[in-house]
Amino acid sequence: MARYESLLDACGGTPLVGLPRLSPAVPEGAPPVRLWAKLEDRNPTGSIKDRAALFMVREAEESGHLRPGDTILEPTSGNTGIALAMVAKLRGYRLVCVMPENVSAERTQLLRMYGAEIIFSPAAGGSNQAVATAKQIAAEHPDWKMLFQYGNPANARAHYETTGPELLHDLPTITHFVAGLGTTGTLMGTGRFLREKVDGIQIIAAEPRYGELVYGLRNIDEGYVPELYDASVLTRRFSVGTRDAVLRTRQLIEVEGIFAGFSTGAVLHAALAVAHEAVRAGNRADVAFVVPDAGWKYLSTGAYGGTLNEAEEALEGQLWA
Amino acid sequence: MAIEVRVPTILRTYTGGAKIVEGSGDTLTELIDDLDAKHSGLKGRLITPEGGLHRFVNIYVNDEDVRFLGALDAKVKDGDSVTILPAVAGGALGFAAAAALLGGL
Repeated sequence: MARYESLLDACGGTPLVGLPRLSPAVPEGAPPVRLWAKLEDRNPTGSIKDRAALFMVREAEESGHLRPGDTILEPTSGNTGIALAMVAKLRGYRLVCVMPENVSAERTQLLRMYGAEIIFSPAAGGSNQAVATAKQIAAEHPDWKMLFQYGNPANARAHYETTGPELLHDLPTITHFVAGLGTTGTLMGTGRFLREKVDGIQIIAAEPRYGELVYGLRNIDEGYVPELYDASVLTRRFSVGTRDAVLRTRQLIEVEGIFAGFSTGAVLHAALAVAHEAVRAGNRADVAFVVPDAGWKYLSTGAYGGTLNEAEEALEGQLWA
Repeated sequence: MAIEVRVPTILRTYTGGAKIVEGSGDTLTELIDDLDAKHSGLKGRLITPEGGLHRFVNIYVNDEDVRFLGALDAKVKDGDSVTILPAVAGGALGFAAAAALLGGL
């Protein structure tokens, strides 16, 4: 279908694209191993977060948590904020985003264009400063509503009801699903759906491993595991460093012509790992992975050009996924 | 050859500031015991008193989360690369603000 009543109705239904050049070659006579990319940048605001934003707002409206004219407060480092800003605009809410100041300039510009207000929490102060900033805002505005994507079941449900069924419809022979691990909504929702429908499916998480500056300030006792996370949905979980993520992001555009953000590189790195394992084991594999967004918002990082060392340096201290 | 272990900044007080240390063992438990013998106190930050991996600690063997490889029983061998990291969510700093707003921290 190519005609929709409104932009909100155009959410989801993204293309699944084969990667014939990046898929590993198999020995003659061996079963095929194929990679498939789900292009989530083809959503209304250009990222997979449109699905979660739409479901979370709808659920909040239906439950009475959100009323017309309300202000939504969301801590976000980018894509969720942009998606919520669009949904809030079309559904009649005001959006205030709290975000660390070390996110890319494009993201803040986009948020403002969509009409969101931004409150920065200093990057240098680390999580403690972010907590202090957030506590202060919440205390000053007790009437502002939080959707809290890390613990909101509607986030995972969006993927259980849309992303998962789309994948199964487009690729009934799917053997592996690979996606990034952040709020865990994509993996939990899609993973649960596919596990119910496909015997033996592998659900694989690719988690970004940032530069030292991001972790440096973090105390282990202040760690955080999103409420949505259920380890039993996953079969494996990879940690992918900045260098590998950049390398794969570049490889994806060079070899297959897909211009993606760096979190895609991390996901592709894990997808290639399982694809090559399948080749070695002589198994058939249809590996579908998620491209959460395109690269436009990250051009200002400079990490698409220069050497890998320069790119790694450019992304040090940045939340690139 | 030994097993290379990457230590996060917050735990380098136990390694004399070293970012990378070396250890040995056939399982993660043996490796951690070996590390603790050289860097006293490290084990206590990784393992709970009940003997499980600390909830907010992630350990990866060759970039794969050990919780899916048998946790503390995960096999390790010379030449492996082990990474210890604090558990954080995507949008690493945003989450802290979110948790705070909900009174979670």
